Amino acid sequence: MSADFYYTIEVIINGLMTGVLYSLVALGFVLIFKASGVFNYAQGVMALFAALTLVGLQNGQIPFAPLINSIFGTNLSTFGWTLPTVVAIVLALGVMVLFAYLVERYILRYLVGQDPVILFMATIGLAYFMEGFGDLMWGADIKKLDVGLPQGGNVWLESATEGWAEGFYGFYIDNLDIWATFIAVVLVIGLMVFSQYTKTGRALRAVADDNQAAMSVGISLRAIWVIVWSLAGFVALVAGTMWGAKSGVQFSLSLIALKALPVLMLGGFTSIPGAIVGGMIIGVGEKLFEYSIGPMIGGATENWFAYVLALLFLVFRPQGLFGEKIIERV
Amino acid sequence: MNATADTYVTEDGRTIGGPVMEMKNITLRFGGVTAISDISFDIREGEIRAIIGPNGAGKSSMLNVINGFYHPQEGEIWFRGEKRKPMKPYQIAQQGIARTFQNIALFKGMSTLDNIMTGRFTHMKTNMFWQAIWKGPAEREEIENREIVEHVIDFLEIQSIRKTPVGRLPYGLQKRVELGRALAAQPKLLLLDEPMAGMNVEEKEDMSRFILDVNDEFGTTIALIEHDMGVVMDISDRVVVLDYGKKIGDGTPDEVRNNQDVIDAYLGVAHD
Repeated sequence: MSADFYYTIEVIINGLMTGVLYSLVALGFVLIFKASGVFNYAQGVMALFAALTLVGLQNGQIPFAPLINSIFGTNLSTFGWTLPTVVAIVLALGVMVLFAYLVERYILRYLVGQDPVILFMATIGLAYFMEGFGDLMWGADIKKLDVGLPQGGNVWLESATEGWAEGFYGFYIDNLDIWATFIAVVLVIGLMVFSQYTKTGRALRAVADDNQAAMSVGISLRAIWVIVWSLAGFVALVAGTMWGAKSGVQFSLSLIALKALPVLMLGGFTSIPGAIVGGMIIGVGEKLFEYSIGPMIGGATENWFAYVLALLFLVFRPQGLFGEKIIERV
Repeated sequence: MNATADTYVTEDGRTIGGPVMEMKNITLRFGGVTAISDISFDIREGEIRAIIGPNGAGKSSMLNVINGFYHPQEGEIWFRGEKRKPMKPYQIAQQGIARTFQNIALFKGMSTLDNIMTGRFTHMKTNMFWQAIWKGPAEREEIENREIVEHVIDFLEIQSIRKTPVGRLPYGLQKRVELGRALAAQPKLLLLDEPMAGMNVEEKEDMSRFILDVNDEFGTTIALIEHDMGVVMDISDRVVVLDYGKKIGDGTPDEVRNNQDVIDAYLGVAHD
């Protein structure tokens, strides 16, 4: 085998790992879309907000410090402590649950039974609000997020595969990507088991299937919405943490949400496995395309490849790879 | 109200108790349209109570009032001796009122078993924490409730379709699964909205038998809406007849059959 072959393999592996991160964001969309038919534009911003909150808590940053300073003329910035990562994660999760409750209480409750597009518009508003709110609360500077996961290339893998071919120096794969993949897999399996085998999981599926029938067996729609948005917040926290650890917590993070769109078009809006596979196809596809065709046409294909692929899917298989075809008896 | 004084035993040996549910002067309007106008009736413990009437008489609206999808503008609803405050449908389900729907409202993507398990929702109390780790209380509760569900499945003779997504089942079986979901809740009052609509003769006979068996074996109080007169007269203890949102008859099947207003409503009457 030539070195070229191994480099291609390396590109594929790295593509898979990037794809997992896309999948994590897409997963949050799927959860909310399945249960309430709402396309939550704010999912990416939720990931950003969760990551900001995590960093802020970890570093003992005082929320709204610039605002307080400018009103009262004080000079606050931090509490002067740093929280252990685990505590910060639990607290950040608490913030996301509170956020889910507030979204239900002050937005969704008033929009019950409206057209999906109206709910979609509401989530666009929510996204802009949160972006500004996150800025106000934690500041807009790029923050380094360290949750204690190993970073940098995996030395063992690199030295083990070095010399497989002439001119090949071993696979370079980031430890963080390996961890992110592992965490994503655990998360997805956990979510699927939860939705299959628990009372709340069944209730989530029931609400996704038929609102009225769900109410008639005693399921409170409002409670379910809070739970779904909390789960989406939890997934956003994981996604935000992984992206943040990889490339710093910055506001461009919310743009990753846009990459989740082609992922969903490939995988189908209603399928959890679809979100995962879709993410991986996009991840591998864009890396391979950039590696093989990119140099011929001037590069930077990663910016548009995913969208073109999604467009092709829209033409030939609009429900995505795993999307539900509606079962209807005639 | 003294319930014991009203108790009586039917010819086939079932004990009918005092009123479980009393509808008092219920009026329901949609904008300018009066769907139900000043209707009062009661449903007694252990009986099969039918609500009949021509199309548009307000039968389904009445069922939706009982289970909380609609809120009447006037009138009182008394359930188990207490006046009911306006409630959400899920709260009413928690009080022990289960229902089926005219146009089957099952969770089509889920299996028969899972559909019927959702009927146990109000009886399952463990919190999200235990469910998430799926050990201890959550696992125990899951097993206990699963037993009740398996009992319902046996009772309705649908063992062979336990794992089938209900969207794939034929209509008659879907109706039966929906009944199963309502039964799994072990309701104090079971509402059936046209349980036999769209069925063939054989399926109707099966369904009638299940309804009678449910009532007989578990003592479940049942209120049902039905179009098929033969079936209604056969299985119900008392019948209330609606027409154009008004009550025109109330009594045993025989009394109702001989009521002139009812005959007019069903056969039409010459206007001169």
